[in-house]
Amino acid sequence: MKTEKRWYDYLWIAELVYFSLGFFNILFAWVGLCMFFIPLLLALAGWDKAYCNRYCGRGQLFALLGGRLGLSRWRHVPGWLRSRFFRYGFLLFFMVMFCNMLHVTWLVYSGAENLRQVVTLLWVFKLPWHWAYSGTATPWVAQFAFGFYSVMITSTVLGVISLLLWKPRSWCVYCPMGTMTQLICRAKHQ
Amino acid sequence: MKQKKCAVVNRELCVACGSCQKVCPMGAIRVYKGLYAITDGARCIGCGRCAKECPASVISLEARHEN
Repeated sequence: MKTEKRWYDYLWIAELVYFSLGFFNILFAWVGLCMFFIPLLLALAGWDKAYCNRYCGRGQLFALLGGRLGLSRWRHVPGWLRSRFFRYGFLLFFMVMFCNMLHVTWLVYSGAENLRQVVTLLWVFKLPWHWAYSGTATPWVAQFAFGFYSVMITSTVLGVISLLLWKPRSWCVYCPMGTMTQLICRAKHQ
Repeated sequence: MKQKKCAVVNRELCVACGSCQKVCPMGAIRVYKGLYAITDGARCIGCGRCAKECPASVISLEARHEN
């Protein structure tokens, strides 16, 4: 039985467009806040995990790469990866790093630090990204964009590594947004 | 008496991502209130697509007996 495609089945294209735009102009990274707030708002508004289930372009992209393009090995994820201890721990780590990014933005806003035109991959590797900023925005706005784009790129790289090692949507197992929305649903319904 | 298989979800470990409901050809599995996936035993044909797709590998096919 073939199911009919809906508009939201093509949101993986939006994901690719997002990363492409951010490559040329870092200020587009701000748009990524939608992918941060919409899942939380939907969960709080009673749509539960509708974002993960329907509208997550990243999940669709991983399904496409791992499934259609056959990049996945289709192995089971290790037991520790799906444990609540790891999922909540990773969520905590992700939030700490997110707060660190906000702190750096604050330092640039207050003039204590200069704008760093780099994208930090996997929280460690600093990649030069100076071509994507032409100096049109105030430094703290650009700093947040560089920081947020780093978060988005890092999570996507982790997702791609996960799909290569295990199943297409293995990232969903420990995705901080997925864990957060499930926690909201638990708090509401249990 | 014939034996059929049906998808069973480990609710404790399910991450409610919805991968299973996307691939189910019968619409027999869905995410319940964002908590975990649940299967409709009457609809499930035991094809195993959901179990294969599940990123957390928390769906198994278990035998059920029918008269």
